[in-house]
Amino acid sequence: MEALTWAGILSRMFYQLIPVWIAMIAMFSLSIYYKRNLGLYGKLFDSKIGMIGFAIVMFWVFVGFFAGALDMISTHDPLSQVSGMKNKVPGTPFRGAEEGDYAFYLLGGDHLARDVFSRVMDGASIIIVIAPLATLFAFMVGITLGLPAGYYGGKLDTLLSFLANLILAFPVILLFYLLVTPEIRMTGLPQYMAIFLFSFPILFFAVLINTRYYIEPQKRNVLMFIVVGILGYLYISLINEPGTKVTLFNAIDGFDVPGGLLTVFVSVVFVNSPTVFRIVRGLTLDIKTRDYVSAAQTRGEGAWYIMLWEILPNARGPLIVDFCLRIGYTTILLGTLGFFGLGLDPESPNWGATINEGRKLLSIYPHPALPPAFALLSLVLGLNLLADGLREESLKD
Amino acid sequence: MGQFILRRIGLMLITSICLTFIVFFLTNLFPNLEKLAKTQGNFRMSEAEVTSFLEDRGYLQPLPVKYGQWLGVLPGYIIEGKDGTIRGKCIKPGMQLKDATKFCGVLQGDWGFSTVFKDDIGKLVLIRLSLTGKLMFWVMLLMIPSALIIGILAGMREGSRTDRTLSTISITTTATPEYVSGVIFIAVFSSTAFGLKWFKGTATKAMEDANFENFFLPVLTIALYGMGYIARMTRASMAEVMTAQYIRTARLKGVSFTNIVMKHALRNALIAPFTVIMLQFPWLLNGVVIVETLFNYKGFGWVLVQAAGNNDIELLLAVSAVSVVVVLLTQLISDIGYVYLNPRISVT
Repeated sequence: MEALTWAGILSRMFYQLIPVWIAMIAMFSLSIYYKRNLGLYGKLFDSKIGMIGFAIVMFWVFVGFFAGALDMISTHDPLSQVSGMKNKVPGTPFRGAEEGDYAFYLLGGDHLARDVFSRVMDGASIIIVIAPLATLFAFMVGITLGLPAGYYGGKLDTLLSFLANLILAFPVILLFYLLVTPEIRMTGLPQYMAIFLFSFPILFFAVLINTRYYIEPQKRNVLMFIVVGILGYLYISLINEPGTKVTLFNAIDGFDVPGGLLTVFVSVVFVNSPTVFRIVRGLTLDIKTRDYVSAAQTRGEGAWYIMLWEILPNARGPLIVDFCLRIGYTTILLGTLGFFGLGLDPESPNWGATINEGRKLLSIYPHPALPPAFALLSLVLGLNLLADGLREESLKD
Repeated sequence: MGQFILRRIGLMLITSICLTFIVFFLTNLFPNLEKLAKTQGNFRMSEAEVTSFLEDRGYLQPLPVKYGQWLGVLPGYIIEGKDGTIRGKCIKPGMQLKDATKFCGVLQGDWGFSTVFKDDIGKLVLIRLSLTGKLMFWVMLLMIPSALIIGILAGMREGSRTDRTLSTISITTTATPEYVSGVIFIAVFSSTAFGLKWFKGTATKAMEDANFENFFLPVLTIALYGMGYIARMTRASMAEVMTAQYIRTARLKGVSFTNIVMKHALRNALIAPFTVIMLQFPWLLNGVVIVETLFNYKGFGWVLVQAAGNNDIELLLAVSAVSVVVVLLTQLISDIGYVYLNPRISVT
């Protein structure tokens, strides 16, 4: 069989991505049609930059969803090695293709004869799950500590700020090298850190519900039971893993996260939360001088009610913008980890590891390293543009 | 001002002690020590052999004692090993027990001995730092002027086409981490597949003899990532200044646009970027590690990777102490500089 030309490769890639195009067209036409009823999200479609950014981000989200959850886009198994396909250029026919096999390596083969196209597409599903989730956890930690630091000030503020600056003064790569090694994992340290860091979301929601509904104890108790129950179950499943240091809850352990992944997750949250803390603290310091806060204080509201239901909602604009930027930063961090071969299984198709493996033969075969590099670049760029658009639109309010 | 600096330096000392202690704690966890023993001795050591190896070399003393010895506030250990040789922290190879000093730690200027490079750490780090210093000098020379020019041109007329083009460029560079741009540059400019071959894909030769061909790509790779951020800060600050009352007054008086930008706006617009440039140092350190690994330039960042990958405890401590001090110093300089540049802010 003939090798494909670039036009052939592009049209075939376009064809493979058809589910993504359909999903995106559906989403955009619905959103633009109803944009007046959708609040800040709808306003996003007024800004060209924001819309472009959102399109790029949603492209990767859909790719990750269809490739990861439905197994639709990839043409080959991202892990299987096929003899005779090593370092083959893009568009090479698949050697020994049988009935049901896809006939080409669309973006060529890497140094272990795996399909680059499938690896990049499956890599998206890893990123779009881990990066937003880790950012969300970092925000929970940062908000839960930043609000009281800004609101109360004093000794608590001094102590927390000192700790945050301590972590921020660490070079990130050094911290990763110290935390994300198999030896450290053996000591159980990442799991202890997980126990500490992942308790913040539970704490956050418990306080959130309590401050809102403490006058209606019955409603509060029911809500509290449901939310804390679900979160607690997830929490226990997340931190507990048979065969490690934390095995207290083996009986009710719902699912297992591979040790390497948990370590990566914990260190990314750990690195991100001090910055979020500083942002939230700064916003709180600013907002607590407003009149509506004094009004709430005069009404006799509790401190936590004011923090969570008066200050936090009014700080949402900058926080949403920073959330988008921070997902991009987290994506870069995860790529850095993969680049240094830390944490995630080097076999797994995460972009950083694929770039790292591709760079070894870069001057002869650049094709395995370039697609994941451009994928990562476009996703982060999309997030930055999206954040820009959101900032513009939220300033108009 | 003096009191402010003194207080900051005190805080800096506390921070660096805390941070080196954390590094000390993490590198001295038992599995790490076990790995160290096995790479130093041999990989088939039994558990008892590992323990006696570590014990003879003072690794199994209590953590605060070891830290005190490293710092130089406690006397170095002297242990008679099970094999009969006497080892001490202050007894260098080829030295007798009676010649050794009592204290030998960081405070005495002794950073210890690298187990990976088999060399004195103080000397080693200094050589590597000077190599990285050379890299950083060129990065700064490329990054700061181009970032400021882009930022000023973009912020001068907010919303114009120049502004939008330049802003898009700076967003793109901030979205491109070093390992992505480096890989793209090497693939495009130095691979046989694209056939351009303008530059070298490795900077190993640049350590002794740097020229445009082998040094430009690493410099550009680091500079690009930081450039976008500084340019955006400059743009924002420039755009804000351009809407100020005194600029409008100057315009109404008939001052030419060039004069307004150069004489009236620029000075005030450069205060914010200055602090941002200073705070970029910790980020640049990250970039240095990635780029030195990618281009095989054996500077400070490369040493960090080697030390961390092989759990070379004392080297890792020295590296982290140096980088932490660099980070804290730049923060201090940025704070002081901010006060000097902006007369409205006072620290007292």
